[in-house]
Amino acid sequence: MTTTQEAVPGGGPKRSATRRRRPLTFDRISFMVVFLGLPLAVFVVFVVSPFVQALYYSLTDWSGFSAGQNFIGFDNYVKLFHDDIFLKAVRNNIELAIVVPIVTIVLALTLATLVTIGGSGTGTVRGLRNSGYYRIVSFFPYVIPAIVIGLIWAQVFTPGSGILDAVLSKIGLHQFENYAWLGDARTAMPASMFVMIWGFVGFYMVLFIAAIRGIDPEVFEAARIDGAGRFRTALSITVPLIRDNVQTAYIYLGIAALDAFVYMQALNPGGGPQNSTLVMPQQLFTTAFTKGQFGYSTAMGVVLAAVTMLFALLVFVVNALTGGRERKVRR
Amino acid sequence: MTTTTADRADLVADSRAPHPGSREGRGVATTAHIALILWSLLVIVPLLWTLLSSFKSTQEVLGNPLTLPHKLRFENYANAWTTAGIGRYFANTVIVVGCALVLVMILGAMCAYVLARFTFPGNRLIYYSMLAGLTFPVFLAIVPLFFTLKNFGLLNTLPGLIVTYVAFALPFTVFFLHSFFKALPGEIYEAAQIDGAGEWRTFFSVMLPMARPGMASVAIFNFLGLWNQFLLPVALNTDSKNYVLSQGMASFASQAGYAVDFGALFAAVVITVAPVLVVYIIFQRQLQVSVTAGGVK
Repeated sequence: MTTTQEAVPGGGPKRSATRRRRPLTFDRISFMVVFLGLPLAVFVVFVVSPFVQALYYSLTDWSGFSAGQNFIGFDNYVKLFHDDIFLKAVRNNIELAIVVPIVTIVLALTLATLVTIGGSGTGTVRGLRNSGYYRIVSFFPYVIPAIVIGLIWAQVFTPGSGILDAVLSKIGLHQFENYAWLGDARTAMPASMFVMIWGFVGFYMVLFIAAIRGIDPEVFEAARIDGAGRFRTALSITVPLIRDNVQTAYIYLGIAALDAFVYMQALNPGGGPQNSTLVMPQQLFTTAFTKGQFGYSTAMGVVLAAVTMLFALLVFVVNALTGGRERKVRR
Repeated sequence: MTTTTADRADLVADSRAPHPGSREGRGVATTAHIALILWSLLVIVPLLWTLLSSFKSTQEVLGNPLTLPHKLRFENYANAWTTAGIGRYFANTVIVVGCALVLVMILGAMCAYVLARFTFPGNRLIYYSMLAGLTFPVFLAIVPLFFTLKNFGLLNTLPGLIVTYVAFALPFTVFFLHSFFKALPGEIYEAAQIDGAGEWRTFFSVMLPMARPGMASVAIFNFLGLWNQFLLPVALNTDSKNYVLSQGMASFASQAGYAVDFGALFAAVVITVAPVLVVYIIFQRQLQVSVTAGGVK
């Protein structure tokens, strides 16, 4: 840095080469210190450092309030892989990470397709008339806090006083008259998945609508002239062209499904019947803040992070293997 | 595969043959409307039912769910606001989210600006560690974070919650504003410098106003994200007088079984949802534009 200081007063010819480097005035120093230092300090103290500490704590038997904190190597991880309840939670999370994104994306894509190319008329491919209304309504759940979505649906599912059983028995399905959707191990998980999907679809629908509108209309025209129907157009034209958006959506949704903490806390705080809706974050939370086993719970956090990273990697690899790259080369 | 696609093409061609167009097109449009209406109903009915239930007494709520309330019990709202403490939680949330939002937008814009427009050693490292902070689950950090706040004496306080919100919203803010600052033309910076503006002045009077559209989008996302935040307050803010709305709602709903005032619970849900929903309906165009902008990036 001292060399720059000398270079600038040095005169004309050098000035253009070091155009961006200016003398270190008070203005400039204070600017860098505040603009970079302040945000970084907050980030390092409250984000980076806890993440790094977590890696270390996961290798100790720390129980937080006691002074004893022994380094026990990978014992916590060994214990985790023999912990049936945690393994159940891992399985539930993986199930969620597979089902929730797929169903959400299929639904959102279908609805987005209906809005964008479902319009009547033959000459050109047209959007559906008055579809703004559907977009606005479908987007509602995105602005409702997740905890409130969970609480509303917990009430909807309540046997006896919930609206779902009442509607079902009204239309003749009397076996559901007092059915506990969240209290039965067979339906607790699908019902919880439905609630998450209900919360996500609108957002991705809006995203996909924008992506589809971004496609050159001439592509649709060409497909139409070649005799492709709407269904075929959606499958062979739309989906491949917005593939990157779908991949991004899959990763975001998968990460949300691997969390799922808020929804599950609202629907079945205890993990559900036979732990059928227990997820890793819930187990981590109880282990840490109810049982006080901090070392063990951070090991769970590390496993959760590892699963999340693996998931993202898997999506990238699968997308690349099934031709995600190919298209880019061709274009 | 070839046969099925051929069949499908035939089917489409056949259905079109008699009236080349309009009837088939209208049929598709009708089906599309029906499907979209069904989904809209699925979204709206639970919300409407919640609204209706918020006017019922506990007895009515536990009775037949399909009946209308006998009379509009506005006292449910009063009970939720005062007895259940929703009013206090609401105020806490406004304070925490308001302060955190302002701080994170300022700090995030400053950091993104420096990272986007100045070259210095470590620039990339900071940028990528922000990106990593964006993808790692907060759950990994939650236990050490608990003790970090405890050591600072910030555990169970609103300032503690604010600074944590700022820290965890920062990576997202920096990441998205980075591209906005990067796209601003360099000549304007040069011009400001030549006109004698210092770095501070250049940022606040020239560069920041130019990044306004980006700031608006990020602010909307941050507002929703922070307003809905659940894990951080539940873990780090366990003093019931400091509760924010999301955790207050959860604790209200989980109060041991029978004692829950169900009418008030539904009223509390409406109180939580209504302001955001109204804001959304007013700004829905802007928000959907933001979603699109964020998604395309």
